Amino acid sequence: MNFQSADTERLNAWKRVIIPDDRDLYKIDHYLAHGGYKALKKALEMKPEEIIDEVKRSNLRGRGGACFPTGLKWSFMPKNSDKPKYLCINGDESEPGTFKDRQIFEFNPHLLIEGTLIACYAMGITVAYIYIRGEYGKWIKMLQKAIDDAYANGLVGEKILGTEFSTQVYIHRGAGAYICGEESSLMNSIEGERGYPRVKPPFPAQVGLWGCPTTINNVETISNIPVIINYGWEWYSKIGAAKHPGPILVGVSGHVNNPGVFEMPTGEPLLEIIYKWAGGVPGDKGIKAVIPGGSSTMILRGDQLEGIRMDADSLKTAGSSVGTAGIIVMDEDTDLIQVITRIAQFYYRESCGQCTPCREGTDWMFKILKRFQRYEAKNDDIDLLLDVANNIEGNTICALGDAAAWPVQSMIRNFRDEFEQRVQASRLQEIAL
Amino acid sequence: MLSEKNQRKVEELRKRYPTSQALVLPVLWMVQEQEGYISEDSMKYVAALLHIPFGHILGVVSFYTMLQKDRIGKHHIEVCTNVSCMLRGSGKILEHIEQRLGITVGETSPDKKWTLSETECMGSCGTAPMLAIGDEYYENLTLEKIDKLIDNLK
Repeated sequence: MNFQSADTERLNAWKRVIIPDDRDLYKIDHYLAHGGYKALKKALEMKPEEIIDEVKRSNLRGRGGACFPTGLKWSFMPKNSDKPKYLCINGDESEPGTFKDRQIFEFNPHLLIEGTLIACYAMGITVAYIYIRGEYGKWIKMLQKAIDDAYANGLVGEKILGTEFSTQVYIHRGAGAYICGEESSLMNSIEGERGYPRVKPPFPAQVGLWGCPTTINNVETISNIPVIINYGWEWYSKIGAAKHPGPILVGVSGHVNNPGVFEMPTGEPLLEIIYKWAGGVPGDKGIKAVIPGGSSTMILRGDQLEGIRMDADSLKTAGSSVGTAGIIVMDEDTDLIQVITRIAQFYYRESCGQCTPCREGTDWMFKILKRFQRYEAKNDDIDLLLDVANNIEGNTICALGDAAAWPVQSMIRNFRDEFEQRVQASRLQEIAL
Repeated sequence: MLSEKNQRKVEELRKRYPTSQALVLPVLWMVQEQEGYISEDSMKYVAALLHIPFGHILGVVSFYTMLQKDRIGKHHIEVCTNVSCMLRGSGKILEHIEQRLGITVGETSPDKKWTLSETECMGSCGTAPMLAIGDEYYENLTLEKIDKLIDNLK
């Protein structure tokens, strides 16, 4: 398929702000020399509520998957609290197909630190924990170096930039658990518990870390804050899709010629991302299916991608969601039974075991799908699979249950023929034996 | 049990958190980095150090997949087989490593040199297929690259 961009010019003019071309920004001197921490200075001259208002008006929505309006989330934090308040930055990044936050730790760590400090100032927070998945040992060291440099330059710690504002920033290392990317599980993990999600309400802004008011934001979300402060909400809110604006880090993996993370305005056409940004499919093969936002999001048919754009509303209309913007492309030769079995295995392994529908259901789904994979599927296995998925969805404390059910439900809805063919092939194999 | 240097680190870390229980993960990481794994004796030590029941420490160690309760091989090879890597041939990569090392997934070689695991997505989808050994990622793998890597570690 030849793909011509309708507005190449506009995209060429697109200037990356989260991960610019400059590969030396991780060095603090270089970052400072190129306008770094200017947003922090500016923010410290504003009133905290002015910053929250600025973020609200920018329409920034969380980049961790739920797309919740960030300014609104911040405004839930009590202004006056006799307890300490906390900020948690979610860098657990474990959603299959997602590899964007890692780029920020590596290439622009000070942007994240600057955003953290502004968020702390806006909400009256004095301690921030950046929770990073344990596997990212190398990137934890990179970010720690940047934090140390920021401390040494009087940008983090006591009386920042000579003001009365003080904040500590600490990294907390995870140890291998997908569930710890769920915000309440993340808090339990910091508290030294197993990563079990908590029942909500109460929400973290009232009862969070150690029972204190807490806000949890994704790494990419926080990295957008200095940009909003520097350029203003008006500029920011005009980037990309009106209801879900701003730059977004889109990861493309699977069957594409040029996989990677691309920073682009929200609302780019999905097909253009695959063919233009990610270089199309190897061997010019057709696309059978696409997972648009990490493995938890509903799978889309390759012949139904026309018109879909990479923003919350467009993908919702298409029956899926933008999730963490991790696109996985599957070409026409892909064995989708193998794909969905692998996804089911993931959720079976990562279910924390707290809620019965998820603990047992993910196991059942994986077992049934293995029958399909081994050509041992029976006639009613498709409906059984759906029945199990439907009984997990909505019946668990956290969203992992839904995340496990959705791929299975959407795979059957969109590719029922593949399941039926497998059932038939299973029967033929049984007869042959 | 913890080295003096690590003990000083623990005291530094105490200032970061309002409870000593929050030190469970950081201290367990320290133990694992120092000893290679977390033995039952180590867990008892951590329990006493942080004034937390042994059962709680055991619960945490068994919950997080990166925390090792048993001594494993010197080089722990973890191959991602999740969707993005699978689509780009992680199956063949895993097979090749099994052949080269003579062990299957989940096993440790008799000389305690190698442990082979299959892992979930490690956030390297754009450079799939990949594997990790400790903190180091090896990306855009080919069979030749794996041969070289194993030869270099031998």
